[in-house]
Amino acid sequence: MKFRVERDALADAVAWTAKSLPNRPSVPVLAGVMLRVTDGQLGVSGFDYEVSSQVSVDVQGDADGAALVSGRLLAEITKALPAKPVDIAAVGAHLELVCGSARFTLPTMPVEDYPTLPEMPASAGTVDAAAFAAAVAQVAVAAGRDETLPMMTGVRIELNGSTLAMLATDRYRLAMREMQWRPDDPEISINALVPARTLADTAKTLGPLGGDVTLALAHGGAGEGMIGFAGGTRRTTSRLLDGANYPPVRSLFPASHNAEARVTVASLNEVVRRVALVADRTTPVLLSFSDEGLVVEAGGTEEARASEAMEATFSGESLTIGFNPQYLLDGLAAVGSQNAVLSFVDAFKPAVISPAGDDGEIIPGYRYLIMPIRVTR
Amino acid sequence: MGRSQAVPRGSGGFGADGDDTGCPILHVDMDAFFASVEVRRDPSLRGRPVVVGGIGPRGVVSSASYEARRYGVRSAMPTARARALCPHAVYIQPDGAAYAAASRTVMGIFRDMTPLVEPLSLDEAFLDVAGARRLLGRPAEIAALIRQRVSDELGLTCSVGVASTKFVAKLGSTRAKPDGMLVIPAGKVLDFLHPLPVAALWGVGEKAAESLGRLGLRTVGDVARAPVRMLRASLGEAASAHLHELSWGRDPRGVSPEQVDKSIGAEVTFDTDVSEEVVIRRALLALSDKVGVRLRRSDQVGRTVSIKVRLADFRTVNRSRTLPVATDVAREVFETAWALFTALQPGDRIRLVGVRVEGLTSASGTPRQATLGEPEHGWRDAEAASDAAAARFGRGAIRPASLLKPASGESGGLSSRG
Repeated sequence: MKFRVERDALADAVAWTAKSLPNRPSVPVLAGVMLRVTDGQLGVSGFDYEVSSQVSVDVQGDADGAALVSGRLLAEITKALPAKPVDIAAVGAHLELVCGSARFTLPTMPVEDYPTLPEMPASAGTVDAAAFAAAVAQVAVAAGRDETLPMMTGVRIELNGSTLAMLATDRYRLAMREMQWRPDDPEISINALVPARTLADTAKTLGPLGGDVTLALAHGGAGEGMIGFAGGTRRTTSRLLDGANYPPVRSLFPASHNAEARVTVASLNEVVRRVALVADRTTPVLLSFSDEGLVVEAGGTEEARASEAMEATFSGESLTIGFNPQYLLDGLAAVGSQNAVLSFVDAFKPAVISPAGDDGEIIPGYRYLIMPIRVTR
Repeated sequence: MGRSQAVPRGSGGFGADGDDTGCPILHVDMDAFFASVEVRRDPSLRGRPVVVGGIGPRGVVSSASYEARRYGVRSAMPTARARALCPHAVYIQPDGAAYAAASRTVMGIFRDMTPLVEPLSLDEAFLDVAGARRLLGRPAEIAALIRQRVSDELGLTCSVGVASTKFVAKLGSTRAKPDGMLVIPAGKVLDFLHPLPVAALWGVGEKAAESLGRLGLRTVGDVARAPVRMLRASLGEAASAHLHELSWGRDPRGVSPEQVDKSIGAEVTFDTDVSEEVVIRRALLALSDKVGVRLRRSDQVGRTVSIKVRLADFRTVNRSRTLPVATDVAREVFETAWALFTALQPGDRIRLVGVRVEGLTSASGTPRQATLGEPEHGWRDAEAASDAAAARFGRGAIRPASLLKPASGESGGLSSRG
């Protein structure tokens, strides 16, 4: 194997692939990235049995072939290289890398020990990359991080005709985004539970590339239990989580509400951030809504207390409701609009944050549900 | 109780009538408390050796009457060993409810004397009576009054140490046992302390006594006169400073009535080592149930659930997990404990399991994060209802269904520590 490649293209490809490598690989070869040159194309890939990443880069190939080297080391090296063309060649059991006057010799691992990467499942349809990335970010924030509840660590993707819906919940909040996409089969109806971290990372790298993302999801047959994403020259596959018993969370959105507040997202975000400085991890911020507006208060277990009033348009009976400040801030950051509508049933039932336009009307498509904290039992 | 062997009995020049000036601290210790409560309940036991403790093959003595102690029976000794020493004693399974009731009465008497009561366990407490002087009299008079009232109202005896510090007062009550009191005058603390063996010092167990013995230090006086540097080399920084202070009778700790539990837990030793998951699961369920009741009764919630598993070869493993939301619900404690246990896969037979909830805070002051889709009336309400039924009909009126038929391998007595 011998080729010449642009420094930036190589550094990007290696950095992205190396990011998905396991920290403590079960077998040493999984700490490697595979470099494979065929017909002037360099394929860089990484795999940890759960997630595979592949990217192809145009190169000047002198000799086809493959080499497996430590992903972390190669990523650090390529990041530090000067902006000059990079020459890479496999020499015996080593990889020679020359860039300008810098020269590196890296040990390689046996290519034949590397597992075969899973095949990309069949395409299910496409969606705008930037819109998809934004939507995933809005939903993934609500997914759980507790590995003892694996189902909660996923984002549920529901594909029904031209509607793509994503949901995630950690049992304390629930985010749902619905958007349009272009299915290959207009009658499609599939659900999948994708690990939230993988989905968020993948969407974040595919979004800025522009264009479309292809969602690949097999129903039955080869590739069952896998999902694939392809955009530009990058492809990721991920094993799905078992979502057969995913609770019917849609029904948790209250069917009606008794009170509604319209707020400026940036102001509420700022006020909550400030007041929450005195709240510890388990104490809530209290939001008191009335005709006069909104008062946000918090008091830690010690003496420290804080309160701040701000403008809010409120309709309904006066109401005081407590939230985990971080859950509230996550929701405000996720709505992605200047204004938001908060709707309430009462102080003990789930509240819903929705994005709103300049006219104060709710923009459909996204809802963030948040469970209150009950201050007294 | 555990200290009693270290302190020789007899007056040794100290008595009930010493000068109690500057001695506001009382340590009151009930004499053979559980055994005495049993004797009071059944007067035919009077004068006979009585041993209260686990009856099972792995039971442990909780309390022994002085008649039984004459045969060498001590608390914390395996019941089997007690039986060997004193086969003709009456052996009684502990009745926690009866002892708790007697304890409440005793503590009530203490609190009539001063609000500064710091219970150490069911049967002993520190009192600071400095503020009671004008109302009730001198410390020694109050000590005598307590002994009188405990005898009149409960028919039980207790021993009292009167001293200037907690540490010395506790030694005093031990020395006065049974049914006596001892004043250690503030000016004579060192005369009292220095002849005592090192094991009398708070914090000196078998190991520390051994290493002090290797340095030639056998009495408290030896420790007091030893250079701190020498102690430090064998006991470490903190312990040596602590012991040196104590050996000079210095103990700055005050009597603090708010003795807040840091954790609530319960554990059970199986009669025979078990490996069957179903037995362990049931034990963890029973222990969680017990812990939940105690949490709710003390109006506390905790965020960290831990389990303790002791294997047949006495290796002990602890595992804990912190919940996102503090709980006092036995069901949540159990589910966490069970998850911890199944993740542990001990792979050996098990001798003991324990469940503990830590990181306690007051329940009424702790905000509770609601969970999505939780039923309006969840486990907490079910358990509160069960508490109410238990308050009326006794514990065990309502229990988790799988606890209705106790497995033959389990002993009924759950030992628990606060």
